[in-house]
Amino acid sequence: MTTVAATTIKARQRPGDRIFSSATVISGSLILAVLAAVAIFLLVESLPAFVAAPEDFSGDVTNFWSYVGPLVFGTIYSAILALLMAVPVAIGIALFISHFAPRKLAQGLGYLVDLLAAVPSVVFGLWGIGVLAPLVQPFYTTIVDWFGWFTPLAGPVSGTGRTIFTVAIVLAVMILPIITAICREIFLQTPLLHEEAALALGATRWEMIRMAVLPFGLPGIISASMLGLGRALGETMAVAMVLSPTPEVIFQLLTSQNSNTIAANIALNFPEAHGVGVNILLATGLVLFVVTLLVNMLARVIINSRKAFSGAN
Amino acid sequence: MSSVLEAAPLTNSLTAGKLPRRSSLWVLLASWAVSAAFFTMLYLSGAVDGFNIVGTVVFGTVLYCVAIYVLSRLVEGSRKAKDRLMTALVTAAFVIALLPLISIIYTTVVNGLPAFLTPTFFTSSQRNVVGAGGGVLHAVMGTLLVTGMATLISVPIGLLASIYLVEYGRGRLAKAITFFVDVMTGIPSIVAGLFAFALFALLFNDPGIRFGFGGAIALSVLMIPVVVRSSEEMLKLVPNELREAAFALGVPKWLTILKVVLPTSLAGIVTGVMLSIARVIGETAPLLIIAGFTSSMNYDLFSERMMTLPVFVYTQYANQGADSQAYIDRAWAGALTLILIVMLLNGLARLIAHWFSPKLGR
Repeated sequence: MTTVAATTIKARQRPGDRIFSSATVISGSLILAVLAAVAIFLLVESLPAFVAAPEDFSGDVTNFWSYVGPLVFGTIYSAILALLMAVPVAIGIALFISHFAPRKLAQGLGYLVDLLAAVPSVVFGLWGIGVLAPLVQPFYTTIVDWFGWFTPLAGPVSGTGRTIFTVAIVLAVMILPIITAICREIFLQTPLLHEEAALALGATRWEMIRMAVLPFGLPGIISASMLGLGRALGETMAVAMVLSPTPEVIFQLLTSQNSNTIAANIALNFPEAHGVGVNILLATGLVLFVVTLLVNMLARVIINSRKAFSGAN
Repeated sequence: MSSVLEAAPLTNSLTAGKLPRRSSLWVLLASWAVSAAFFTMLYLSGAVDGFNIVGTVVFGTVLYCVAIYVLSRLVEGSRKAKDRLMTALVTAAFVIALLPLISIIYTTVVNGLPAFLTPTFFTSSQRNVVGAGGGVLHAVMGTLLVTGMATLISVPIGLLASIYLVEYGRGRLAKAITFFVDVMTGIPSIVAGLFAFALFALLFNDPGIRFGFGGAIALSVLMIPVVVRSSEEMLKLVPNELREAAFALGVPKWLTILKVVLPTSLAGIVTGVMLSIARVIGETAPLLIIAGFTSSMNYDLFSERMMTLPVFVYTQYANQGADSQAYIDRAWAGALTLILIVMLLNGLARLIAHWFSPKLGR
């Protein structure tokens, strides 16, 4: 050991080196500081909300937790609905690009899906309310007529189509690109020998995918879904523009009364808020921050644990 | 042995029949034709008004999935049939994803063009405009200023941080930064806006603060992690031989990074920065919170409310006046401008990456 330590040559530290390396360290640490600052400043500014008097809340809400409860419900409900729609389609797209499409086309098709991610959320909002909601409203009427006995699909049906289900469709379209991109990367990392072995044993393409690609990609699919969930939880403008909100917990998907989401509630009420009202909205923002942070951290831990033995790095 | 084979010759998928080469294509065309015939009959009988082209394609595709499965199961056996069915479904998933993209671009162009083409759209603001007319000059100006400021803040910090991660960082700090940069890419944009608001409301002790620089800070929070991630990937691509050659010539480390590593990866870094600009330029929520909205020009980032393009689209839609169609037209025209800018940035970034990227051997 001592000989190794003796032969290690330390480079001479010039002033330029010191300045440059400390600049990079400071920039790197600044990122951690910003993340901490986000949490600290939100916490400080939202403290008054936790002790706010009952008359500071609109409606018949008496304290912060009963105010934020329906919002948390609406946020999670719409995000999970979006996830249920987006994940199967995203896996399909990722498989299509990685294993079905002709090699030469694959990259171009990937860009095409990425273009969806480039569309600003406010445009998704305009599209949702101007195109999608009128388009799906007749279907909602039929569904409520036929399946109204099933509680989540019970009426009265919304006349505008601005329901939480429409919001979930828009959110699903918005989170498709990120889930697809990660699934695609993971599927492409499947060891070629596994795939060839399956094919050599006589498996059809779908059997090969089920036996080699999907088991290998499962952790990737899970973490991609969670990243998508994080996006859907925090999406603001599309929800704010499309949804017609009510401050209650509502399970019905197709009526004109829907639980609002935290982010949309902030966007709708912030411009007119004043006094403690601002602090209350900031506090709901803190709740959203904590929830998305936890979801994202969990997703990243799963991805990183996969990296270690995927052999792709 | 031979008796077993003879007992069930048709269940062996290796000896079962095969559908002709192009059969799936023909089955698809046939199912579309059948469904088109069905909807034409509905149209001619007067049950629906207008020929339903979306219904034709959707119904025809579902019919294709069923037909190819049944046909393949009869001729080729159940395993092949399942394979064909899944191929159809996977392809359908891809097409389903393209439908909203096409629909969004189409409606934005069709609804946005009328107001987009009015002569005042890019030469005037909304000041004192009631009803039709006016333009987005104030919003375009605000977007350029706020996004430009955000880029000025994010690029040095993001680039230096990525240099730290690739060239210097070992141990816990580097691991923590990598992890939390990934986590930060998932911060909801509205939380970034709330952070900027909380920060400046406390600093200036003004509970109703709205100004453009705050918007730039909020966008930086969203932009820095994207810049770090993309630059890190690009710096990692620089071959170690180049660094070692520079060290062997006695070049200090910082000069090696500045003169060898950075120029080599410059095209990739520029691409990453442009993609990150494209990502934040469409952000609405944080700017709505901290930059606010106005109908007048404002060239000063540090005082008064500042309009930006995404917020313009939102406010035109949300606060419609008496002549609501004029406001909706302007909202769509703003959306069209925004999409054009984002697509332009994306396309330019891909072209730079394509032209200047180092040509790898594979």
